[in-house]
Amino acid sequence: MPLNKNIKKVMVIGSGPIVIGQAAEFDYAGTQACRSLKEEGLEVVLVNSNPATIMTDKDIADEVYIEPLTAKVVKQIMLKEKPDSLLPTLGGQAGLNLAMEIAESGFLEEHNIKLIGTTALTIKKAEDRLEFKNTMEKIGEPVAASLVVENVEDGVAFAAKIGYPVVLRPAYTLGGSGGGIAHNVTELQDILANGLRLSRVGQVLVERCIAGWKEIEYEVMRDGAGNCITVCNMENLDPVGVHTGDSIVVAPSQTLSDKEYQMLRTSALNIITELGITGGCNVQYALKPDSFEYCVIEVNPRVSRSSALASKATGYPIAKVAAKIAVGYTLDEIKNAVTGKTYASFEPALDYCVVKMPRLPFDKFITAKRTLTTQMKATGEVMSICTNFEGALMKAIRSLEQHVDSLRSYDFSNLHGEELTLQLQKVDDRRIWVIAEALRQHWDPDRIYEITKIDRWFIDKIKNLVEMEEALSTRELTEDLLREAKRMEFSDKVISELSGKTEEVVKALRHQYNIRAVYKMVDTCAAEFEAQTPYYYSCYDGINESIETKPEKKVLILGSGPIRIGQGIEFDFCSVHCTWAFKEEGYETVIVNNNPETVSTDFDIADKLYFEPLTPEDVESIVDIEKPDGAVVQFGGQTAIKLTESLMKMGVPILGTSARDVDAAEDRERFDEILEQCQIARPKGHTVFTTEEALNAAHELGYPVLVRPSYVLGGQGMQIAISDEDVIQFMEIINRIQQDHPILVDKYLMGKELEVDAVCDGTDIVIPGIMEHIERTGIHSGDSISVYPARSITEQAKKNVIDYTEKLARALHVKGMINIQFIAIGDDVYIIEVNPRSSRTVPYISKVTGIPIVKLATKVIVGHTLKELGYAPGLQKEADYIAIKMPVFSFEKIRGADISLGPEMKSTGECLGISPDFNEALYKAFVGASIDPTRHKQIIMTLRKEDRQEGIEIGRRFEALGYKIYATRGTARDLNAAGVHAIKVNKLEQEAPTLLDLLLEHRIDLVIDTPSSGVEHSRDGFLIRRTAIETGVTCLTAIDTARALVSSLEVAHQAEFNLVDIAKVKNA
Amino acid sequence: MKAYLILEDGTVFTGTSIGANKEVISEIVFNTSMTGYLEVLTDPSYAGQAVTMTYPLIGNYGITRSDMESLKCWHDGFIVRELSRIPSNFRSEYTIQQFLIENDVPGIAGIDTRALTKILREKGTMNGMITTKEYSDLSEILPKIKAFKATKVVEKVTCSEAYTLQAYEYRSNIPDSFDGIDGFENIGKAVKSRKMEASKASHGEKTYNVALLDFGAKRNIPRCLCERGCNVTVYPAHTTAEEILATNPDGIMLSNGPGDPADNVEIIAEVKKLYDSNVPIFAICLGHQLMALATGAKTHKLKYGHRGVNHPVKDLKTGRVYMSSQNHGYVVDEESLDPSVAESAFINVNDKTNEGLSYKNKKIFTVQFHPEACGGPQDTAYLFDRFIEMMGGAL
Repeated sequence: MPLNKNIKKVMVIGSGPIVIGQAAEFDYAGTQACRSLKEEGLEVVLVNSNPATIMTDKDIADEVYIEPLTAKVVKQIMLKEKPDSLLPTLGGQAGLNLAMEIAESGFLEEHNIKLIGTTALTIKKAEDRLEFKNTMEKIGEPVAASLVVENVEDGVAFAAKIGYPVVLRPAYTLGGSGGGIAHNVTELQDILANGLRLSRVGQVLVERCIAGWKEIEYEVMRDGAGNCITVCNMENLDPVGVHTGDSIVVAPSQTLSDKEYQMLRTSALNIITELGITGGCNVQYALKPDSFEYCVIEVNPRVSRSSALASKATGYPIAKVAAKIAVGYTLDEIKNAVTGKTYASFEPALDYCVVKMPRLPFDKFITAKRTLTTQMKATGEVMSICTNFEGALMKAIRSLEQHVDSLRSYDFSNLHGEELTLQLQKVDDRRIWVIAEALRQHWDPDRIYEITKIDRWFIDKIKNLVEMEEALSTRELTEDLLREAKRMEFSDKVISELSGKTEEVVKALRHQYNIRAVYKMVDTCAAEFEAQTPYYYSCYDGINESIETKPEKKVLILGSGPIRIGQGIEFDFCSVHCTWAFKEEGYETVIVNNNPETVSTDFDIADKLYFEPLTPEDVESIVDIEKPDGAVVQFGGQTAIKLTESLMKMGVPILGTSARDVDAAEDRERFDEILEQCQIARPKGHTVFTTEEALNAAHELGYPVLVRPSYVLGGQGMQIAISDEDVIQFMEIINRIQQDHPILVDKYLMGKELEVDAVCDGTDIVIPGIMEHIERTGIHSGDSISVYPARSITEQAKKNVIDYTEKLARALHVKGMINIQFIAIGDDVYIIEVNPRSSRTVPYISKVTGIPIVKLATKVIVGHTLKELGYAPGLQKEADYIAIKMPVFSFEKIRGADISLGPEMKSTGECLGISPDFNEALYKAFVGASIDPTRHKQIIMTLRKEDRQEGIEIGRRFEALGYKIYATRGTARDLNAAGVHAIKVNKLEQEAPTLLDLLLEHRIDLVIDTPSSGVEHSRDGFLIRRTAIETGVTCLTAIDTARALVSSLEVAHQAEFNLVDIAKVKNA
Repeated sequence: MKAYLILEDGTVFTGTSIGANKEVISEIVFNTSMTGYLEVLTDPSYAGQAVTMTYPLIGNYGITRSDMESLKCWHDGFIVRELSRIPSNFRSEYTIQQFLIENDVPGIAGIDTRALTKILREKGTMNGMITTKEYSDLSEILPKIKAFKATKVVEKVTCSEAYTLQAYEYRSNIPDSFDGIDGFENIGKAVKSRKMEASKASHGEKTYNVALLDFGAKRNIPRCLCERGCNVTVYPAHTTAEEILATNPDGIMLSNGPGDPADNVEIIAEVKKLYDSNVPIFAICLGHQLMALATGAKTHKLKYGHRGVNHPVKDLKTGRVYMSSQNHGYVVDEESLDPSVAESAFINVNDKTNEGLSYKNKKIFTVQFHPEACGGPQDTAYLFDRFIEMMGGAL
């Protein structure tokens, strides 16, 4: 069937802000699908509240609305744009839920909008627990014994019948949010109550636990004619019980015989056929390790994280094909873009092994439980490809950028016998390291299998790696040994540590024996057909096949690696735009990255893609082959910046701002000199290495002070200290990891925080806009609500910002991007930090100003001037509307994480609120972040002393909106004294009913809890905040955020919003 | 021990010796399936060939005898990147290393199988030698390698005497039932039982007598028939048409098998007689080629063949596309078909070559691919049902 002629204008719904369980993979899928639709000449209307995405670019869709993803807003956009079709399967669970809500309301029928790519019935059959179970029963596909319950009592009764442990899965939540495994009735009551609350439909599936079975996934495609294929299958190294997003996943499956493989494949095909899916679908299975018994765990009738992984693992563009199917094509009509010869109606054959590892945020949330469960906790992931499993695992480990480069990186050698057994029983992110230790202690692999249920094949592979460690540290480093170690992807650094030779010697030996990385192509077909797309991975056991190119100009672009808190999708946005701009300038572009979720690793973004770890050695091997004319590091976040020195040593020129100048911005002394030259003030501060020096510095500056390591992104490890005790503790935490650079101790100044992203061509500076933070200084810029244009600072302060930006850009000889953060106190402006590189706010400010900052910066880097590019220097004309970037958090996913905001970044994503009216923009931003506390109109306030005065005003405004206020003793007293009615509630240690009871009654919309600063976090406060988060109640910890929220609520009653088509935003 | 793979074009790969320690010259082909190495190793159609697996990790799940598609391994040699040092699967009985030795098959591991595949893809299938001897002068042996041609391979792999398999008794090793596991509802019946029930439901309780001509039949062909209520009598390849027709079979099945189809002159003559009878015939792979040759069409050798489990075939009648398991170096030349005799029923979506024929005014249909799967997708198993229906009177 060719293109359906009735389809002309398609609306695509994105997945909204990045949260755990719903990350960049949907930008990748959405971008690919939108491009594929436009290729067909269709008009695309895009809705997504996330401004950091590439899919919300005006080049990707015809009309772009960065608006909150609510039924009300989407309907309003539909009325305005009048699309004929809605494609709901690209926006993850959020997009699908939203589409369902709109479809169920009858709105689509009423306005003649067709759901394409799926049907409401299909979604219901796959997503509704009961419907799903019935459907599976109908076609004889086994599912684990389960019951959908709507109250705790039914759950308890059912669990008593099937026996503990039981798995709990709330319906319609993302990343398994609110789910878990209950081992007894107490745990069951706890998790179930929470799950019921988090489920959109108040349903939780109670299911017999099949933990310990093999977890296998199939990615399936089906077209409108009923043709089905499986793109690939994947085997989780971690057995059932760990969310697949948190598991180490291998593609294709390694331990299934053809009988098992085909049994599950046939099942997956039967399922997709019965559900009537037209597009992509993911089916998850539990397979009993000692029989053919299996059951279907879950079906996702849409593109997913797994489908992104499968696309990258095989080269098969699932989202693109799904979009083509949605508009009418059949699989045999869609060309396989990788081979250009074959069609989408085939199953990729891999001739390599793929390993995916999750990037978990426990380095950020040190109080959080490391345990992995059915609730996903990973913020991102890395993927690696090699000809053998050992090599793929080693490459994945060093791609994580978590100070790990081998199975020796976490030391468990102090554990023996019973202790080691206990550690092995813990299902956490370090389990493979524990297994390695057990193997070093010569444990029988069977014993490890019995404890972990990780398949013996994987254990043997880990054993092989451990044996190589042993060989390297005991045997002579012969050519054969070195060759074998490299085949298993031991880095030169690890080999040097084990063999006692220096890294240089190891490298020299390698070159002497001609042991070099070679590159193989990911071609979807195991070399059966010639491929067109240069998508490469390295190995050491073969012949190089990366095509030698000698273009006039070739640039190496370093990506930003796995998504983590502090370095998110924004940097992928920058990398991709930089690549496109270089292409426009006639460069051949070569990207190196290891993140399977991103657009930058799509096969047709750069001219060449190397799916490799971003370490100096891995990059050098690529440089040896590609011999680029230069590299850009300013767009790939800290990951790329960290490679600067190594690239220079390899003789690769750094394009744009020189490494020396980049360093000047980070090096305290040199930076101070520059500030002095420019006569710019900054908070006083010192660089220190030891705790003693830090204390001296703090005493000299006077508390409060900011303590932080240098050369980090996202304020990692940054804290405000108010006492010696704090300083001692923070220094201890920072120094747990070897610091190559000094630690900074600065005077903490309280004021308005401002931020600027600018482009400098060496002479002129273009400042697209000034952003202002709602929260005062002390809260990380990534966690603050950011307002463009800045509206509450003085004209003089604004002038100073422009002046300082220009001076600093020139003084640092910036060529390309610069990001500066300021504090404004009245007319006075101080510098907080300068980053001569791309920042988190670049996509946001690009979109709301209509100025393509990355493109400009790239063109400046290759030698154009800003004037040439048509931009007048200085601050650009301010927009006619207000654009607010709202941070979005994933606290409910990370048990035990402290949610109070501070100088260390904690948010995982962002959304935008845009409107000519400030309060409306705010309201949209809050709603976009799912903060809409209007259900019960009851709030709890518990404020520290310093915030009470401002709290009274906020309380008064809530009261005027009809809210009932509960408050802890001191807060209640002050509120009541000022004439704001507040009901006093007891703190936790006091008699019931306490604050906690109030929360657990589920009658509260919002908690405003501003904790006192310093280490001394009260246990109470922590508990209140956690309980609020875990029961789905919004909890704000900064008084400024609360004020913004109440302002926004004052416009909440508006029937319609002002809509802004971002694609039409132009800067004159 | 070091081993070498020497191709007829002079390319030499150095690796490690696996399996039997002997020198062998054979035709080198590649297979792209990611699972099913045992099914590949025991597929008689590979007689006269050495197979390289493009998937690099082989032997992971060991050897399970009941998964073998014939009694032994017919490969001349086996070429892999890496053999797993331990097998891990609940059904595994022993290692692939032992299997190769037991079957006296030499092999080579640790070579760049992708590079080898690319050579075969670009230059076409060629001969090669697997040896542990180091030859300093290739000019001596290259002519010898080049000269190799496998002959009489069908004779080698066919059964020595006829035997009969009873309906419903001969079937796959997947257990019949998953019942009896506590706490699970609807675990349901095993895939196989389900198939059998479905078969009885759709074809009725009637059993058919099928004569299967064994040119190197994979076990799953008779299994698929037995599961669908057929008594299958397996005949050696050189059984005459008269002998078969004398038993009054309800249907005749021509199996897969190795080698150049045109070499089987005598068999082709017998197949022509079967064509002339009015007995329903279903043929797979070599059987399909032999029927085409018997009715005047021609076959030709593909550059590097189709060997894998991901080949898309299109049913020209319905427009549906199925994934199929394939193993063939030769193909029926569609141009040579007499349009009054047969018409194309399936084509390969990738290279548009013929994948199946439907014979006019005859109850005969033949396919190039392997609906019996093993290894590979089971998507076209419905063709066995079509055969049953045909025996039951449907056209």
